[in-house]
Amino acid sequence: MTNRRWLGALAAVGVALGFATRAEAGPTLDKVKQAGQISCGVATGIAGFGAPDSQGRWAGFNVDVCRALSAAIFGTADKVKYVPLTAQQRFTALQSGEVDILSNNTTDTLQRDTALGLNFAPVVFYDGQGFMVSKKLGVKSAKELNGATVCVQPGTTTELNLADYFRANKMEFKPVVIEKRDEALNAFFSGRCDVFTSDSSALNADRLSQAPNPDDYVVLPERISKEPLAPVVRHGDEEWSDIVRWVVYALIEAEEKGITQKNVDDMLKSEDPNIKRMLGATPGMGKALGLDEKWAYNEIKLVGNYGEIFDRTLGKDTELKFERGLNNLWTKGGLLYAMPIR
Amino acid sequence: MATDIIRRPARPTPWRNPAIRGMVFQVLFVAAVLALGAFLVHNTLVNLRRQNIASGFGFLDREAAFGIGESLIAYSPADTYARAFLVGLLNTLYVAGLGIVLATILGTVMGIVRLSRNWLVSKLAQIYVETFRNIPLLLQLFFWWGLLRESAPAPRQAWQPMPDVFVSNRGIAFPVPSPDPAYGWMALAFGVGVVATFGIFRWARQRQARTGEQFATGWVGLGLVVGLPLAVFLGSGAPLALDRPELKGFNFVGGHAVSPEFAALLLGLVIYTGTFIAEIVRAGILAVSWGQSEAAMALGLKPGHRMRLIILPQALRVIIPPMTSQYLSLTKSSSLAVAIGYPDLVSIAGTTINQTGQAVEGITMIMAVYLTISLIISALMNLYNRSVALVER
Repeated sequence: MTNRRWLGALAAVGVALGFATRAEAGPTLDKVKQAGQISCGVATGIAGFGAPDSQGRWAGFNVDVCRALSAAIFGTADKVKYVPLTAQQRFTALQSGEVDILSNNTTDTLQRDTALGLNFAPVVFYDGQGFMVSKKLGVKSAKELNGATVCVQPGTTTELNLADYFRANKMEFKPVVIEKRDEALNAFFSGRCDVFTSDSSALNADRLSQAPNPDDYVVLPERISKEPLAPVVRHGDEEWSDIVRWVVYALIEAEEKGITQKNVDDMLKSEDPNIKRMLGATPGMGKALGLDEKWAYNEIKLVGNYGEIFDRTLGKDTELKFERGLNNLWTKGGLLYAMPIR
Repeated sequence: MATDIIRRPARPTPWRNPAIRGMVFQVLFVAAVLALGAFLVHNTLVNLRRQNIASGFGFLDREAAFGIGESLIAYSPADTYARAFLVGLLNTLYVAGLGIVLATILGTVMGIVRLSRNWLVSKLAQIYVETFRNIPLLLQLFFWWGLLRESAPAPRQAWQPMPDVFVSNRGIAFPVPSPDPAYGWMALAFGVGVVATFGIFRWARQRQARTGEQFATGWVGLGLVVGLPLAVFLGSGAPLALDRPELKGFNFVGGHAVSPEFAALLLGLVIYTGTFIAEIVRAGILAVSWGQSEAAMALGLKPGHRMRLIILPQALRVIIPPMTSQYLSLTKSSSLAVAIGYPDLVSIAGTTINQTGQAVEGITMIMAVYLTISLIISALMNLYNRSVALVER
């Protein structure tokens, strides 16, 4: 090419890039409405929390959080595109704008809240890290694991807590670091590692759904860390942060007020001013958020309240049969406490 | 008048002068490229700052807090990110270096075998090349890793083909000699032996040019390189305290263990790249004209001498440039280690990026490292290339 053609090509590229002055951190709500769907980052597959079923449709606890968000914004729960991300890719995907929200069992930590430029929604699942071992090893407590080989996924708080725990207890371990969760589980079940470590709820889910024989494996009693799992959004968009925050609170508040998928239509006619405000019979909350006044009504009608989501994906209606434990309302001895919707 | 038509300006005006025009355009072009680069960097920094994402290389001094499964140097989670990077870099260099050597040997042998007149042997080589060349490398890595993992028993039921050598799904553990000062002297003796061998090669070649008599340089060289360290070893009392692997609790402690991840990565890379090298070697040998072989046979050279003295030196001119690409490809393909759990540079850098959130700095470091390694390999190969190039008119 001649010099002139080179200059022309370069100028064209420069002009095109001139539109790249701002990264995708502008009004996310506008972008989501324009695209007609929310881009929801999920984990590549955790039983109960988010995994594709045999037809390739995503279902699970975290998936339902995104569906509730879609219901609140669009009035239908299906306007979500699920982007499976590994633990290593998830934050870069969110920071760069490839996804609008992460709903994939991410732990709220200081480092992530500040240095990574992320904002955390309210905690949707209180968990703790644990160890899963084969019963054949005859190990009854995590303190007997000196010298063990541990399978772990990279780029997670799991990896860091593991190193800290062994250091604090003056034990040694050999990590085998595998990026994809199902490959890591494969390695553990085939005997490559003695221990698999992760959030204990996910451990139990994996034991029941992926182990060749679930009774051969046991989750040790120690919980070596606090793992408050919450949806994540980017810094820089307060409006979007607020929407996600209050969508989560509405799910919890609905359970506290006894609003379920079945009775939400009747609840619309309720005399309780709190319920009228929340479901949009008294207007004002939707406008403040920038959403339709029936945002909370749509959420509960299409997806259910927190308790219904939990029972359907993790609790008594599934094989996993998790106890509510800490993930119960504050009035029932748990930690779930929604801020007032007024 | 005739002179009016013939008269022309002595020199073109500046903007008609092609040399000046060319230079002006080049300067503008370079300035535009630099401006584009500066704009991209500035844009990135502004956006990172706006979202409050940390930037800069200060994170390298912070504590890494994650463990690494295998490393050539001492490492603990209390060390810095910089040290973790170093561990990853050494792991990559180790696998790449070993892989290059083994792939070259395998590929060269397979390439020559493929040209053999024995039908069965050459067909087997062809099957090897066709099979392993056409399957994606990642799938081959998963295959070898799965095979090595599943085919070996748990540590408590490990096989023991030889006393103190244990084969389990944690790897192959074997005894190594514990460090001893005599080994330093042995290494020195080895170095002396190598240098002496080079000297003898040169002397023997000059002697052959002068008198025509051959000298058994191969055997003498081997004797020096092996014998000198051996003499030092025996002279210092044959210290051979073995560090034996023992099953303590969950794993084997002591000795050295080759993990299934490392073995799978090495096997996969060597077998895959070996196929390409085999084809390159075959092409190189076929490129040497048949007349050379005929002349060598007419002179009465044995087949071994013919290959070594006549064919291979000429074939190498054709072989070396594509071989360089294969070496670079092997080095870069070793980054697939992250899929099977071997802690190479990309795997550790990926973990660091995820823990610190500094994707731009991390990826820049990975790219810089691979670029440097590749440029070094290229430079060395080009040096060799230039030294054996045919001097043409």
